[in-house]
Amino acid sequence: MQHVIVGAGPAGVVAAETLRKLDPDADITIIGDEPEPPYSRMAIPYYLIDNIEESGSYLRDPDKHFKAQNIEVVQQRVDKIDAKAKKLTLADGSSRDYDKLLIATGSHPISPPIPGLDLPQVHSCWTLEDARNIIRLAKSGSNVVLIGAGFIGCIILEALVKRGVHLAVVEMGNRMVPRMLDEKAGGLLETWCKNKGIDVHTSCSVDGIEAAADDQVEVNLSDGSKLSAALVITATGVKANTDLLEGTDINIDQGVLVNRRMQTSNPDIYAAGDVAQGVDFSTGNFEVQAIQPTATDHGRVAALNMAGKDDEHHGTLNMNVLDTVGLVSCSFGLWMGVDGGDSAELYNEDEFQYINLQFEGDHLVGASSVGKTQHVGVLRGLIESKIHLGDWKNRLMQDPTAIMEAYVACTQELSYS
Amino acid sequence: MQKSLNIDPGKCTGCLQCEMACSYEHTGTFNPSRSYIKVFTFHHEGRFAPYTCTQCDEAWCMRACPVDAISVDLATGAKVISDDKCVGCKVCTIACPFGTVNYSQATGKVVKCDLCGGDPQCAAACPTDAITYVDADWTGYDRMLASAAKSLPSAEATT
Repeated sequence: MQHVIVGAGPAGVVAAETLRKLDPDADITIIGDEPEPPYSRMAIPYYLIDNIEESGSYLRDPDKHFKAQNIEVVQQRVDKIDAKAKKLTLADGSSRDYDKLLIATGSHPISPPIPGLDLPQVHSCWTLEDARNIIRLAKSGSNVVLIGAGFIGCIILEALVKRGVHLAVVEMGNRMVPRMLDEKAGGLLETWCKNKGIDVHTSCSVDGIEAAADDQVEVNLSDGSKLSAALVITATGVKANTDLLEGTDINIDQGVLVNRRMQTSNPDIYAAGDVAQGVDFSTGNFEVQAIQPTATDHGRVAALNMAGKDDEHHGTLNMNVLDTVGLVSCSFGLWMGVDGGDSAELYNEDEFQYINLQFEGDHLVGASSVGKTQHVGVLRGLIESKIHLGDWKNRLMQDPTAIMEAYVACTQELSYS
Repeated sequence: MQKSLNIDPGKCTGCLQCEMACSYEHTGTFNPSRSYIKVFTFHHEGRFAPYTCTQCDEAWCMRACPVDAISVDLATGAKVISDDKCVGCKVCTIACPFGTVNYSQATGKVVKCDLCGGDPQCAAACPTDAITYVDADWTGYDRMLASAAKSLPSAEATT
């Protein structure tokens, strides 16, 4: 059996390892086009503050792991898929046959239509190469403008602040991380950042960027202000890398459409991770989630099915955890609530504490929190197990912080044995 | 045979010796707020429930880790965190559906039960055998599933 995986991120690596466990004799190849060993973009913020070396971002020990697992890692770009002949053509002209193919090509940052984004002072923050450029330009005392206060923007804020730059953030939405947090939570993040000396512009966009003297650029904002910067970082969202499948008859929407087995419309071709549009646990709709836990879940389920097991995924729960200059926030599932559902919240503006629970009937369907680092995972457990809370729903309506007590009481035998 | 922590909430008196022992073992201080095992109090019922990682087979934390910082201690079966590799990204803290991997602001890393390398101090400190370290015949996810089923109306109807 010849398994070929295109993409060396978390989805591809987990898929390869799962395949190896299931089939000791299969040929397993990962083909990735970045020059480094398989690494994790999640680790880049920590590389930016010199907490880790580049090697600290590697998904696995590159010298030992893949050899020990008998997984071939090829550094090449895949140019073309011939689905009929089940053959890949690589950039160096060579070709590869496959029995089962996994597309785990991830996503790429998208650029808003702003004049001046091609200036050398403008970078995205997505690859290790981007991170090296940011480290080079984000010198202590220099001015940096970050376009986009989404998940990626917020997670690199701390690194930039710690590098000692003067930082301005521009976000089109009316609050920070609008796709992950509601107005109260996003508001807390904004106040927190302002208290840390970050210049935050929400409900604001960038009209253009122009070259200025001394290797600086001038960033013109829609609110009329002009910011001088040595570095502009764009973090305005990502888009699935579906290019490779253009010209094939595989169904593509926002990403590569896959069924609950992570199978595309071609039964021998699977997709996983940021590139895949798979089923969402909460809505049952097919969505591109582009988050780390989903990538690894996808990778595992795709591998099970590629190896001939019949495994249907119950859907991945959309969830995020974010550390914004020391303020930890997270959200799960339908954090914005459902029609006819109930909600409970606790909001303490002075202490930067927030928790919001969303119920449908007597089970939890979504949650978000700010300033909470203990036991947050149980929110996933409560949502994904669809635990009937019974009387505990009323208790949570009174005290939404008692999530762990609710979980323990609903799942453990508390009486004397 | 591998052993696992067996927790019998019915025997717990809420004395918090386990939290003291755990925090001392892992941080060198008697500080229950930094304990990896936690005793939950149920005032209405007059009950206490110690709770920590079950070292589940699924190991959601380990699978979600982007930098390979969580591995299985082959001697005990515990999923253990390497402080050298952990970057503090917290993905495991939302991936663990039991809420038993937590971020420590004191260290900038995540922390979880590691079974103290095979000599769990919580069990050693427990005066009432509410926490024991016993042969693992059924534990982890199956046990959690069985417990979760208890909360479902369908399960109640059949018992």
